[in-house]
Amino acid sequence: MNVVALKMLFGDRAKYLMLLAGLTFSTMLIVQQGSIFWGLMMWSMSGITNVNVPVWVTDPNINQVEELKPLADTAVTRVRSVPGVEWAVPLYKGVQRARLRDGNYEQISLVGIDSSTLIGRPQQVLAGRIEELRAPETVAVDQLAVERLGGPEKIHVGSVFEINDHRARIVAIVRTQKSFQNIPFVYTTYERALGMTPPERRKLSYVLAQPVEGVAAEELAQRIQEETGLGAYTEEQFGWKTVRWILKNTGIGVNFGTTVLLGFIVGMAIAGQTFYLFTVENLPHFGALKAIGAGTGLLAKMILLQSFTVGLTGYGIGVGLATLFGLTAAGGGRLPFVQTWPLLAGVLIALLMICGLSSAISIHKLAKLEPAVVFRG
Amino acid sequence: MDEVSTSTFAPETDESAPWLVRAKGLTKSFGEGHARIPVLKGVDLEVAPGEVVLLVGPSGSGKTTLLSLIAGMLEVDDGEINILGHTLGNMTAAAKSQFRLEYLGFIFQQYHLLPALTAVENAAIPLLIRGMNRTEALARAEEILQSVGMGARLGAMPLTLSGGEQQRVAIARALVSEPRLLLCDEPTASLDGETGHRVVEKLHEIGKRHDRAVIIVTHDSRIFEFGDRIAHMEDGRINQIQQAREVQA
Repeated sequence: MNVVALKMLFGDRAKYLMLLAGLTFSTMLIVQQGSIFWGLMMWSMSGITNVNVPVWVTDPNINQVEELKPLADTAVTRVRSVPGVEWAVPLYKGVQRARLRDGNYEQISLVGIDSSTLIGRPQQVLAGRIEELRAPETVAVDQLAVERLGGPEKIHVGSVFEINDHRARIVAIVRTQKSFQNIPFVYTTYERALGMTPPERRKLSYVLAQPVEGVAAEELAQRIQEETGLGAYTEEQFGWKTVRWILKNTGIGVNFGTTVLLGFIVGMAIAGQTFYLFTVENLPHFGALKAIGAGTGLLAKMILLQSFTVGLTGYGIGVGLATLFGLTAAGGGRLPFVQTWPLLAGVLIALLMICGLSSAISIHKLAKLEPAVVFRG
Repeated sequence: MDEVSTSTFAPETDESAPWLVRAKGLTKSFGEGHARIPVLKGVDLEVAPGEVVLLVGPSGSGKTTLLSLIAGMLEVDDGEINILGHTLGNMTAAAKSQFRLEYLGFIFQQYHLLPALTAVENAAIPLLIRGMNRTEALARAEEILQSVGMGARLGAMPLTLSGGEQQRVAIARALVSEPRLLLCDEPTASLDGETGHRVVEKLHEIGKRHDRAVIIVTHDSRIFEFGDRIAHMEDGRINQIQQAREVQA
């Protein structure tokens, strides 16, 4: 009877297409919004993930990576003295102004990394050599900086601009994960970063540390906290601390959550109502099948097959459309868009719930249907 | 034609019984309290193998309710229905469904063909419900459709068929699983005289087989000649049962 069920479904083309459209729209909305939300969260952690070190030492009251609460210069040596530390290096991070050749200004996120080890440098170099940062007045810029500071014709290896009236010559173009604020990253050495920025009593943003072999990052972070009184987090802990702060303080979670919920409700409403109508309009036919001898269990299986067929088709098309959006509108990192398998699995579960609930209403109707209805014309 | 599948019901208790259907003292009401309306008020009916019985009477006399009770689609308030030695009152709803599938065939006034299926697929439905392989079921349905003169319209969709053709597909659907008892509700109501005549001729031919019986609810006096007996119903009772030849006389 599976073929009969599917033919009944596809035979009512208008309702089938409406069901499909509702579930596709619902899936696309949830996947697209979920992916953008997750992309934003990835961007919010980019200040941490771009640096790629196991332990971050911070001010004890810090909330998130972009909230700069500078440390005393002595923090580096204090961290180095904690047992289990393989190495510890300083990191400068701050938003500064870059002045372009045409006189325009653009905000940049200046990152100062340890000059001897270059720990904290981006992993992927697109052009030039990042090791040349050790030369005077040099910087490395990311792909967003190329775009924002004038495009590839003006910003390339060898071109020059100013940061707070300090000359900066580009020696490398690097690829980074964009930041939540969508400000380009500019890398230089720690000492040069201090020189490029206005005077302050404290300028050390973070101390980056690596545990010795055999010591876990969590354990080392705990030790640093206990022995120095500073904040210390693993890369993952600090990332999630940042995400939690953003969710709590920006309303992004509520906004995206509302949209996702709306997608679910709209999908549920369209699918539920259309499927119910489909069942009601087919009641005489289902009644005939029941009269002939089809049990409620068989009819329930037919309804479930119809529901899950249209549901899984809608899921496939919806995910496909959302992915297409990700590849086109959000392609090349223009928009935060990260599709993950837990998101796709979650949407699939949500969609199966929509189909299950829609089917349940119809099955309930069929279970109560008296086959004698077929004798009433 | 071979048996479609082995029966799930115990062997008939009394194969030598002179009746295929026996209904005794059937009462049925609808509604609750003051709104309760008695529809059947003690109906007795026996149908012998090889017999075609017509149930006639004015609207509201209880014909369709009696047919629904015999089909096991409604529960009796009182009384007993026995078909082929099986008492319907002793069966669960699921068992009644299975019983209908194995022993009964139905022809409805409105045909109730599934519009998304072809004629041959519609005719095969009882076999598909029984779980028969689709190819085999369609082959059997094709045979039956040919026997009712629909061999040329196997792949036609119901909406493209005339009323008479749709009813013949419905007959094929009713016969495809070789039912012992055929229950027909106003089978000629939507048909012109000539088509109705051919349809009832076919039903009569089926009913005359020794192991079968046919019960037809009808208002159509033109088909009285095809019944062996005619049960006249009025106000929830069978007032009179006549031999068809008496009526014709």
